[in-house]
Amino acid sequence: MITVDAVCKSFGAIRAVRGVSFSAPDGKITGLLGPNGAGKSTTLRILYTALRPDDGTATIDGADVVTDSLTARQKIGALPHSAGLYPHLTARENIAYFARLCGLDRVSIEQRVETIVELLEIDDFADRRTKGFSQGQRTKVALARALVHDPQNIILDEPTNGLDVMATRSLRELILKLKAAGRCVLFSSHVMQEVSALCDDIVIIANGRVAINDSADGIRTRTGCDNLEDAFVRAISMVGAA
Amino acid sequence: MMRTLLTVFTKEVIDNFRDRRTLFSALIMGPLFGPLLFAFVINLSIEQSLTGTDNTLELPVIGQQNAPTLMRYLESQNIDVVAGPADRDAAVKAVESGLHDIVVIVPDEFGDQLAGSIPARVELISDQANAQAERDARRARNALQDYSQELAAIRLVARGVSPFVLRPINVDDVDVSTPSGRSAMLLGMMSYFFIFALLMGGMYLAIDTTAGERERGSLEPLVSLPVTRDSLMLGKIAATCVFMALSLLLSLGSFYVALSFMPLQKLGMTPNFGPEVIFAAFLILLPFILLGAAIMTLVASFTKSYKEAQTWLSVVLIAPTLPILIVSILTLRPRLEFMFIPSLSQHLLLVDMIKNEPVNLLHAGISAGSTLVFGAILTAICARLYRREGLLG
Repeated sequence: MITVDAVCKSFGAIRAVRGVSFSAPDGKITGLLGPNGAGKSTTLRILYTALRPDDGTATIDGADVVTDSLTARQKIGALPHSAGLYPHLTARENIAYFARLCGLDRVSIEQRVETIVELLEIDDFADRRTKGFSQGQRTKVALARALVHDPQNIILDEPTNGLDVMATRSLRELILKLKAAGRCVLFSSHVMQEVSALCDDIVIIANGRVAINDSADGIRTRTGCDNLEDAFVRAISMVGAA
Repeated sequence: MMRTLLTVFTKEVIDNFRDRRTLFSALIMGPLFGPLLFAFVINLSIEQSLTGTDNTLELPVIGQQNAPTLMRYLESQNIDVVAGPADRDAAVKAVESGLHDIVVIVPDEFGDQLAGSIPARVELISDQANAQAERDARRARNALQDYSQELAAIRLVARGVSPFVLRPINVDDVDVSTPSGRSAMLLGMMSYFFIFALLMGGMYLAIDTTAGERERGSLEPLVSLPVTRDSLMLGKIAATCVFMALSLLLSLGSFYVALSFMPLQKLGMTPNFGPEVIFAAFLILLPFILLGAAIMTLVASFTKSYKEAQTWLSVVLIAPTLPILIVSILTLRPRLEFMFIPSLSQHLLLVDMIKNEPVNLLHAGISAGSTLVFGAILTAICARLYRREGLLG
């Protein structure tokens, strides 16, 4: 369960996030939708504690991301935007490194790495050094790394970026599996179809503010548009006007 | 905390042992650069100093027939008199063009002037801008000077005067430098090579763990793990320290091997550089490792990219020479207050050791203490920097 309450963040004169509030419940997939530069990444980076909010609060399963950031981080698996791997380590070593840092003991590291390698179908290249991996392979390993400590809350920043159809499909299946296991999944995207196909709740962000927060159907009704894309455009223009 | 530190440390060591660039700079470039350059310089100076006395000097002389006794005297001084160019103009041209380094001209009237007790003129043509030629010219000039002295003494004796009247003062040079002491001048630069190797060993690690990790995009996932940034930072600095120590050890070892192949005795040098000195040198330089790792990590943390980090760290490589250079130029003797300055204190202690002088334990203690304090302060600053979110770029 992730809650965000009136979070603000500025970089110098740029006000990237201006009072964003929403919550992402367990057992559901929440999508953060918005145009480029809307403040999606900044919001997510605050959630996985890479950034500190200027104002407002955010909690992960009740743990505040600023005052209790270590506990909050323990409960998150995060896939940052364009996450990098260690090129001299094998995929398996990359994953195991994070598992060890998360405090898993030797036996459970082996088991978890094995489980996650199977789950993400990266067996074929798990023992190769990650130098020269394709974008899809890299994303899978980075995702495996984020999930290795079996976190309750999963934060994915544009996970389908640079993935081909097959990889996108398997990622979508994985996200659904996580949902079925009662996890809280929060991911950002600027691709409408992806969000509408997967998400239970959609949070549309523009200009650092929440434009609308509802289910796909709810958004259609509230904006009076049948087409989600039209609804998206209308929601954004509403924020722009305000 | 310890567990995280150890995990990061182990990973960084394994990771960097697989990186060719790190290995090259830590295990090959750093340790071998010093000894190789050193061997080159030493061999050059040995060659130069040996040609000074042992070799026969070939001396072209115009008008040999005008001074047969002088020619015999020169031959006795290990100077091989050969026929010179045709005339004075040809001689000047030959020296100018570098065909001959020096030419001596004995004019036709030499014999008559000598017989008449008029100062007899001998011309010595050389290019004083040419250092190599100048040494030969000095040798020829000294030989002519000596001959002149001898003639003067004979003339005085013939007139019943003691030749000592021409020598109111007798200057005696007493050289108190020991063979080890002479070595110290040249071997003084060794200490910098050790510091260079040490820093070089950790350079790519310092870049990789900061600017490199950020550029690769692996820093953000790392800091979103449930560990403190302090422990990540300390693990990285510890790994950098290990590579620096390794590089330093190899550098000391390679110097030991290289010195045993260098004919230093010919230069009148017997450097005190046995295994126990190597061990002591390692101990003296050990505190500098923390300082080096911290300063490199700190500088690399500020940079935006791998390339920028490389540029700035090259400056850091040179920085420790500054105090050494200043003290060498001013030829200052080791003093207590110098021991508070990192790199300089290590240099002075090493030079003393190579000179085979007893190492002042108080000095060694202050050197280690102050260097460690500097290192700890910089490490604390690094950790502080790592807590800032701006670090992620």
